[in-house]
Amino acid sequence: MADDFLFLTELLGLKVYDLKGRRLGLVKDAAIVPLIHPSRVDRFLVGGGWAWLTVRYDQIRSITLDGIYLKDEQLTPYHSDEYMLRLVRDLLDQQIIDGQGRKVVRVTDITFKIQHEADGEVISILDVDIGLRSVLRRLAQGAIPRRLIRRVQVLIPPHSIRWEHCSIIEADPQRRLRLNISNKILERMHPADVADIVEDLSPDDREAIFETMDSEVAAETLSEMEPDVQASILESLETEKAADIVEEMSPHEAADVLAELEEQTSEDILEEMEVEPKAEVEELLEYKENSAGGLMNTEYVALPEDATVAGAIEALKQHEEILESLNTLFLVDANEQLKAAIPLARLFTAAGATPLRDLAPETLIQVDVDEREDRITELFDKYNLLTLPVIDTAGKLAGVITVDEIISLLREK
Amino acid sequence: MKNDEGKIIKRFRYQIAIFLSVIGPGLITANVDNDSGGIFTYSQAGAKYGYLPLWTLIPITLLLIVTQEMSSRMGAVTGKGLSDLIREEFGLRTTFFLMIALVLTNFLNVISEFAGIASSLELFHISRYISVPICAVAVWFLVVRGNYRSVEKIFLVACCLYVTYIVSAFLLKPDWKEAAIYSVKPILMFDTDYITMLIAMVGTSIAPWMQFYLQSAIVEKGITTKDYVQSRIEVIVGCILTDVVAFFIIVSCATAIWAHGPKDINDAADAAVALKPFGQYAYLLFSAGLFNASFFAACILPLSTVFTVCEGLGFESGVDKRFHEAPEFYWLYTLLVGFGAAVILWPNFPLIKMILASQVLNGVLLPFVLIYMVILINKKGLMKEWTNSAAYNAVAWVSVAIMIGLTLALASITVRQMMPQAKLAPTNSAPVAQVQSYDSQRHAFKTDVHVSRIAHLIRQAIGIGKFTD
Repeated sequence: MADDFLFLTELLGLKVYDLKGRRLGLVKDAAIVPLIHPSRVDRFLVGGGWAWLTVRYDQIRSITLDGIYLKDEQLTPYHSDEYMLRLVRDLLDQQIIDGQGRKVVRVTDITFKIQHEADGEVISILDVDIGLRSVLRRLAQGAIPRRLIRRVQVLIPPHSIRWEHCSIIEADPQRRLRLNISNKILERMHPADVADIVEDLSPDDREAIFETMDSEVAAETLSEMEPDVQASILESLETEKAADIVEEMSPHEAADVLAELEEQTSEDILEEMEVEPKAEVEELLEYKENSAGGLMNTEYVALPEDATVAGAIEALKQHEEILESLNTLFLVDANEQLKAAIPLARLFTAAGATPLRDLAPETLIQVDVDEREDRITELFDKYNLLTLPVIDTAGKLAGVITVDEIISLLREK
Repeated sequence: MKNDEGKIIKRFRYQIAIFLSVIGPGLITANVDNDSGGIFTYSQAGAKYGYLPLWTLIPITLLLIVTQEMSSRMGAVTGKGLSDLIREEFGLRTTFFLMIALVLTNFLNVISEFAGIASSLELFHISRYISVPICAVAVWFLVVRGNYRSVEKIFLVACCLYVTYIVSAFLLKPDWKEAAIYSVKPILMFDTDYITMLIAMVGTSIAPWMQFYLQSAIVEKGITTKDYVQSRIEVIVGCILTDVVAFFIIVSCATAIWAHGPKDINDAADAAVALKPFGQYAYLLFSAGLFNASFFAACILPLSTVFTVCEGLGFESGVDKRFHEAPEFYWLYTLLVGFGAAVILWPNFPLIKMILASQVLNGVLLPFVLIYMVILINKKGLMKEWTNSAAYNAVAWVSVAIMIGLTLALASITVRQMMPQAKLAPTNSAPVAQVQSYDSQRHAFKTDVHVSRIAHLIRQAIGIGKFTD
């Protein structure tokens, strides 16, 4: 055979011959054993006679479109094996995650690569096929000769995903272990993409992924999701795991999620949390959802009134984790009263000894914790703000509202 | 103590919030159910057969509740659409052929929605050559540009126009006694038109595409087994609402049209007569109601079809995707809307006949969709403890049998009628049975039926209905 590939649809129904060229039966399914080899087809399940037989990969002399010829006849009857990923039963027509395209796709066919070894041929999974070409192949298989299908199908552009970019979806934790399924591919993606993928899955599959995902990645992913989905995921998880994930979230996001939950569930989760993040989250939970207190987060840097530029830069080094989204510094007096807000960029053009006070703009724009959200969006629009400080009833700096929060708010409308 | 009270109130508020948040899929489906196909089918039933077909509404409601409850339960438990499940459990080939059938049926339904738009505006002498292209373009942009969500509520509120039928029915002073009797008295006739009408009534109330739409809507709404109870209530209320409207449409048409002589509905003006108590506003009300229903369904139906097909066959779908990301999705959608509208523009296209025919096709496809649904919902691995009860299965299987029976009866009668009379007709070629099935003093209506010997046997075997040979 000229081509070195084979499709699963072609493999199915292929005749299997023994050493003397006698027909043993037809291929009914094929399986890989991921713990042994991630892509090599390890077993061929052959039907014919009373029961299915298992052909091991090293018992095969050649595989062509005309049939499979064996070099060893010691075949064992098929018995269900937990470590086997059966391609027809477990993969064909099921959903998998396409790590490169960052979406959930449905398997229509599988492409194998045929490797010629010294005394036999081995096939391993090369691509998972989706799209029109594979649909045509599936529909025509059995009705039209295999070789003719190959010739016709080239008219349609192929649509395939490399096997190494695929991640299988499996809800049963035991089976995940046995099939060596990890979340590696998901954990390498941007959390926003993971969130999109997970939202496409069924509740059981979602739960399985969150249950096994690293808490930090899970927290980042959860932050990117719609509030109602967040709630349903947290409610489906074990309280302990849910608490682990909530701890990893920023306090204000954690408070938003917990506010979505049924009261009992959110109390249970809070109970399980570590003391430090818990106190902060509980404080934020007190505020009404659509007020400044509900919108604000507590990731800000506040410095004493007399701080200098050099002192500020030193302080920023202590807060590496929030630098990415930081754009404003705040000055507070001894009583924690907010005095000034300094745009971060000003620091770069000022000398190190300059007091920060001198860099502050004339007007200080701030809101009370119970300010309404429409008024807040108005302020953002009017003053072109990136960050808006929020003060509590005692005039102390309580938190900040950032522009990304406002964008989410406006998009919801 | 006070704290406890506060908690109870909070808890209560939470319950209401949950109820409001799951509201939607069931009621939307219920309202889309009475689309142009629904309005004309029920009008035709009332205009041609009077109160006679009213008995079908109780079994139809029962079946509607059973099917829609199954769709929503499957959606809530599995978190997957119906075509997804069919693909996963029955493979690509089954899915493919089912999708072909669904696309064909739904295509006729799309045509019938545009026919509804055309006929509603023709009441005001707006040419279909103007109304249909404009509405097709409007539908396309509304959905593809994603502003559909914002207008959905307007459609829903406008569905209150159906109330006009209820008011009209009371003002027309129908014979309530007769209406009540025929609501519970089953009458079966082996007459092509009558059987066609029955299939159409089931098909329009329990349209196959609706099951796919409802299940996807439930999944999309994120309803899970936890808040399923509220969703179930909503679905049941929606189903009953649908058929209450159907009842009043039939009663209005029976009183306003049939009582003056049974007739076929040939255009919107005929059907609008049912609202004649509203005098000069009758046309306006009918036209507005029909237009709203048709346009609403024209937005949902093609989109739902394309989603179903793309899900089932594994193509990328969604209006948030760009054209090159989901070419199959956009092409199929555009073709459905484009051709669906274009067909209407064919000179002298029989609008109302087309609408009725599409509903018959719905009824023919329904049992097959039902079969897959019942098999799926009884799979323990899929539904866990949420599989069907025996009573549910009984209702579903009996309905499947009846619908297939009706379809076969229709097919055999139709085939027989197309055959040369000499070959298959009974020895006495005069009408074998003169079915005089309705003995109202005012208008006994007579239908001459050519019944073959086979149909004769079926009739005896079924043994229900009222025949006077």
